Amino acid sequence: MLSRTADHLYWMARYMERAENTARMLDVNYQTSLLPQSADAAESGWKGLLGISELTDDYTSRYGAVTDRKVMDYMIRDERNPSSICSCLMAARENARAVRGTLTTEVWETQNQTWLEFQRMLRNNSFQKDPGDSFEWVKFRSHLSRGVTVGTMLQDEAFHFLRIGSFLERADNTARMLDVKFHPMESEFFGSTGHGRDNQEYDFYHWSAILRSVSGFEVYRKVYRNVILPEKVAELLILRADMPRSLAACMDEVVSNLHHVANEQSEDTLRRAGRLQADLKFGRIDEILATGLHAFLTQFLDRVGRLGVGISRDFLVPVASG
Amino acid sequence: MTSSFDEMQAGQSQVREHYRLYDRWLSQQPGDVMRARREEAEMIFRRVGITFAVYGAKDEDGSGTERLIPFDLIPRVIPAQEWAEMEKGLVQRVTALNRFIHDVYHGQDIIRAGIVPGDQIFTNAQFRPEMMGVDVPGGVYSHISGIDIVRAANPDGSGSYYVLEDNLRVPSGVSYMLENRKMMMRLFPELFSQHRVAPVAHYPDLLLETLRGVAPAAVNEPTVVVLTPGMYNSAYFEHAFLAQQMGVELVEGQDLFVRDNFVYMRTTQGPRRVDVIYRRVDDDFLDPLAFRADSSLGCPGLLSVYRAGNVTLSNAIGTGIADDKSIYPYVPKMIEFYLGEKPILNNVPTYPCREEAHLKYVLDHLPELVVKEVHGAGGYGMLVGPASTKEEIAEFRKVLIANAAGYIAQPTLALSTCPTFVESGIAPRHIDLRPFVLSGKHVQMVPGGLTRVALKAGSLVVNSSQGGGTKDTWVLEA
Repeated sequence: MLSRTADHLYWMARYMERAENTARMLDVNYQTSLLPQSADAAESGWKGLLGISELTDDYTSRYGAVTDRKVMDYMIRDERNPSSICSCLMAARENARAVRGTLTTEVWETQNQTWLEFQRMLRNNSFQKDPGDSFEWVKFRSHLSRGVTVGTMLQDEAFHFLRIGSFLERADNTARMLDVKFHPMESEFFGSTGHGRDNQEYDFYHWSAILRSVSGFEVYRKVYRNVILPEKVAELLILRADMPRSLAACMDEVVSNLHHVANEQSEDTLRRAGRLQADLKFGRIDEILATGLHAFLTQFLDRVGRLGVGISRDFLVPVASG
Repeated sequence: MTSSFDEMQAGQSQVREHYRLYDRWLSQQPGDVMRARREEAEMIFRRVGITFAVYGAKDEDGSGTERLIPFDLIPRVIPAQEWAEMEKGLVQRVTALNRFIHDVYHGQDIIRAGIVPGDQIFTNAQFRPEMMGVDVPGGVYSHISGIDIVRAANPDGSGSYYVLEDNLRVPSGVSYMLENRKMMMRLFPELFSQHRVAPVAHYPDLLLETLRGVAPAAVNEPTVVVLTPGMYNSAYFEHAFLAQQMGVELVEGQDLFVRDNFVYMRTTQGPRRVDVIYRRVDDDFLDPLAFRADSSLGCPGLLSVYRAGNVTLSNAIGTGIADDKSIYPYVPKMIEFYLGEKPILNNVPTYPCREEAHLKYVLDHLPELVVKEVHGAGGYGMLVGPASTKEEIAEFRKVLIANAAGYIAQPTLALSTCPTFVESGIAPRHIDLRPFVLSGKHVQMVPGGLTRVALKAGSLVVNSSQGGGTKDTWVLEA
């Protein structure tokens, strides 16, 4: 397969996944903002969301103060924000269009239809009128995009690069979300008893919101049959390989798909990916918490970032003179 | 200018034999059903992304730069006998054109025989001296030829087909032929059970067979690719479509490189050799080392690999010498010269303005004539006398006198009309036809071609860049 084709496929999948994750985070913040809470708490939620995507500076310089309406606009329809749903869906569709011949008709039409419908929704102000349903729609289109891929594409290189893109992006997004949501808790988290009893009610909504943002609330109950405890939430989203949005599950997918496309120069990239996978597979949550969750996640993001660079170098960016 | 020949109506209320079934069906369709089908077609074309890019323009709704080519629901129907004759004529014409190109770049017998003047060739910008003496597989240069055919009325009311022009460089439109048929079968399946419409869906198969058939002789299992200028090219959909239908890679210039006099593409598994390039990039942009140095669409060194016979380009470099409007008037004589046969398809009478006598005639008859730029394409830079104002004609006269050799003139043919859905209902609109002729080990084609229709009342310009639409083309089997 052409390196350029692989590159487009990889980015198509990454952008679609990113659109979904942006919608998930917006949805959770929006739902949380409907709960009775202090203005400070609401604002810190939106600030955290901008922080996750490293967009605080860009937002502040162009939009000023943080309000729910403005952040939503910025994260949904602003074409100058590379992580907005609009930018992601457009980039996913443009990448798909560049390789439409490599995709099955169904995959291409799904991608194209998503973009056409999204434009219609923007024109009709659907996201303002009914944010919940609209975010649900974005998630649904992403599910559809992945499902159509699995359901119709030959499992050749094209398929594997799509999968690598999806799961590398998801690993990155889940890790960022965890980092931001745990960060304000960190000092408290490592206090003598774990979590402040005064805030138990707030805690419940905080942690359940995180779980819901990764469709993990029911999963948590099923796995732990327990009240919502932060360390269990962290364990579920970092180490449980059977939880589809966990870091471990994402790395399992990345590694197995990477093995299918391995070439002469990819040995080191495969080694790094395998080591990252092993760290998650054999890691324990108490060890991670002992060294500090923030430090762990920062390091994870760095390693995922370098993995992305390695994949680009080994497979996607044309090598000079072949 | 006599009145036009209508493909469907023979007289006031008389429908031609081959349209009778369709006419009966159409008269039974309520108007709103046809309107609904039309909207459905548009929606599907948009979802499938059968669009062409328009630089610097925005859609009606301001959302993008991709436009649909209007699709008309009423098919253009060709009876079996007419097609059989046309097909013979196309095989003959394209065979002769390929012989001509080979001759131009080898012995130049036709010049020595005094049939085509040498200066018409050597001073022509489409003549590629780089191709002199280069042998291409099977001696075939134009593997994909789009021959534009129109039908004009005779004084007795019958119609005759004429070849309006030959397109031997990178003719486009075949994807619309295929998609239009798919759309019609989806919208009106019942019509296809009532009519015996010759299928066209095997075109990509014939194309692949043709391309594989002209691979360098030493290659057993040739690797074929389609070379596109990229996704912002107006015909990108077609490039992607054909590559996908043939199951071959769609490459851009940046994906190719030359090493040790072979062409390779960069893949995720390292370099892979390429044997046949169906290029949808003009000669000028193919190789920055040989042609335009500023081109980033091609592959440096490609020409030298090509000249060494280590890769086949489809179409060959230099085919433009045979489809240039200044060469067009000589095609009937070419057919006689190379094949010893009478031409089956008519040429339109043509007055090359470079010749004094013709120029004088043309200047005296501008309001009746169509005047075209010799090297023009796409319906630009031309004068349609009967459709122009006095001022436009006066303006064009100046241009023509300043550069007479750059123009040819033809009588205004009243292109045939075909009933077409327009704002006010069904009305006759002018059409042409572009069959796609494939030349490899054999010359072959699928029945029919792309019918283009001028949607403006009275307009003779069918180009999609100037408000033209398309129709499905049915060749009825006997």
